Amino acid sequence: MTQTGPSAEQALAGVVSGNVLLEVRNVAKSFGPREVLKHISLEIAAGEFLTLLGESGSGKTTLLRLIAGFEQPTSGELWMGGERLDTLPPYKRRVNTVFQNYALFPHLTVQENVAYGLQVSGAAKSEIPGRVNEALQMVKMQEFAASRPAKLSGGQQQRVALARALVNRPKLLLLDEPLSALDANLRKQMQGELKSLQRELGITFLFVTHDQDEAMALSDRIALLKDGSLEQVASPREIYARPTTSYTAEFIGQTNLLRTYIKDEVATCGCLQWASTLPDGGALFSVRPESIHLSNDAAASSDAVRFRAVVRQQIFSGSSEHLELDAAGQSLRARIPARGALSGEHEFWFSPADAVPVRE
Amino acid sequence: MYSRAYKWIVSTPPILWVTIFLLIPYALMLAHSFWLVRDGMIAHEWNLQNYAKLFQNPVYLEVLFRTMRIAAGVTLLSLLLGYPLAYYMSFHAGVRKDLLYQLVIVPLWVSYLVRGYAWKTILGSEGVLNGFLQYIHVTKEPVSFFLYSPFAVVLMLTHIYTPFVFLPLYASLEHIPRNLVEASHDLGAGSRATFFRVILPLSLPGLLAGATFAFLLTLGDFLAPLLVGGPSSIMIANIVQSLFGTAYDWPLGAAISVSILLLTISLLFFTERLEKRWSFR
Repeated sequence: MTQTGPSAEQALAGVVSGNVLLEVRNVAKSFGPREVLKHISLEIAAGEFLTLLGESGSGKTTLLRLIAGFEQPTSGELWMGGERLDTLPPYKRRVNTVFQNYALFPHLTVQENVAYGLQVSGAAKSEIPGRVNEALQMVKMQEFAASRPAKLSGGQQQRVALARALVNRPKLLLLDEPLSALDANLRKQMQGELKSLQRELGITFLFVTHDQDEAMALSDRIALLKDGSLEQVASPREIYARPTTSYTAEFIGQTNLLRTYIKDEVATCGCLQWASTLPDGGALFSVRPESIHLSNDAAASSDAVRFRAVVRQQIFSGSSEHLELDAAGQSLRARIPARGALSGEHEFWFSPADAVPVRE
Repeated sequence: MYSRAYKWIVSTPPILWVTIFLLIPYALMLAHSFWLVRDGMIAHEWNLQNYAKLFQNPVYLEVLFRTMRIAAGVTLLSLLLGYPLAYYMSFHAGVRKDLLYQLVIVPLWVSYLVRGYAWKTILGSEGVLNGFLQYIHVTKEPVSFFLYSPFAVVLMLTHIYTPFVFLPLYASLEHIPRNLVEASHDLGAGSRATFFRVILPLSLPGLLAGATFAFLLTLGDFLAPLLVGGPSSIMIANIVQSLFGTAYDWPLGAAISVSILLLTISLLFFTERLEKRWSFR
């Protein structure tokens, strides 16, 4: 169920064993009366790909800008590798940024853009051409070295921005929705390239996006932000299988939120009943649509929650059927393997293990 | 699509205006520059002697060079004043931006003459500056060279043309995307390096436009020398004015005007090429 990938495990292990690159300690940020970040604490492991995921206005970009040094926290501290980070000006931080609209210098060629970071930070003159070339090679842009940014397509500008940010060999690379301006196909391709680049270089990536699919595809861990607070920080598999709040469960993937009442270790929601060790009182459970099975298709386990439901709507999507069910007044969404049209009442079931208790 | 009649109706007045008040006068001026004055009358005989005079009589070239020196001085000084102001307002003024902008614009509403006379009262021997210097015992007697010198002309024209330099500069600084400045800091550049490597190169088109304004407006000025300049700072436009007036030598005046016009056009042509090269959109 929580089958995390190897790199995610490493990342989590890194945090536990103290191999922390960046530490966000109780950071808050207000713009006038507007509280954008509310006491965020977060640790990022060296070599990790961490995504800040959230809707617009959730504070994810603000957190990124605090780490880059473009904004100052109202309270709290940032530490990187045992050094206080938030008191340093941006140009002294070993952090580089890939901006949302790339922010390439229009008056400089691709080559000059990439060399910029080396020139201003006083790298040896003899070293610069080699490192620039290396960085351009990394993103396959050598042939455009002499072009101006205005002559390049969005995807090409994206690559140059990446090379420019990586040429200084930062410890931490910040990416502010870098793929949002690209069309869907290019986006998919760039996702793959970003991921393999990160693996090759071993540089820690802090990636900001509002796209949950992108976050799932790329990240070792996802930090979900809501209204300036961290909702949950976990690996994609963990956050999908074990959401801790109803917001997380609904934001990442689709889900059924079941409002139950627990008495004597039995959770009840309308006609549905299952065993739960939670204390007596109200409780909210999340059941993913694919956890609901048709009894005719798959044999139920002995402790399964069985129920009869009317199929209100059926949408065929190739490999699966999306069903809208009505179980004695409780509506449920189910996703079952493609099997032809269904009508009338059928028996369904889900395993109590797939009913995940979540906070409001 | 607009009808033929509509196009005619809207385009005729401006074409007439430009023809009557611009093209015909220019043509007349050009013609005059090839005529001559005989016995106090303009004789319509085609010749080149007016242009020859420009090079034979050293006075004209001397005055032209003085005019260009004054224009260069005004350009330099108004850039030195205008650039820091525009830079501060664009990048650091914050909420006071709009107020400061109005304060820069307001002097443009005051008549040129009034501003000229203001400098007279400041620089004159009975003026504010001399009074102050004597009051704090820096000088015992009024200093006379403040007024009626090329210095006074440069000072007055700098005061008048600084807003003209400021406006295009400010516009070009406002157009620089702020994330370029952030990107520069992010890549390790401090404020100085960011200014010289990013902000200054990207503001060059505005700088050039402002400098062109100041230089060309000064080149054609004739009031400042009359008000505060005195005989030692006669400029080329004063000569043209007197040739068309009391000296009554329209052909020579026209020849000088045509020469200045050519100078101006070639300068504009040159700066436009440069501006195009420096804008990277």
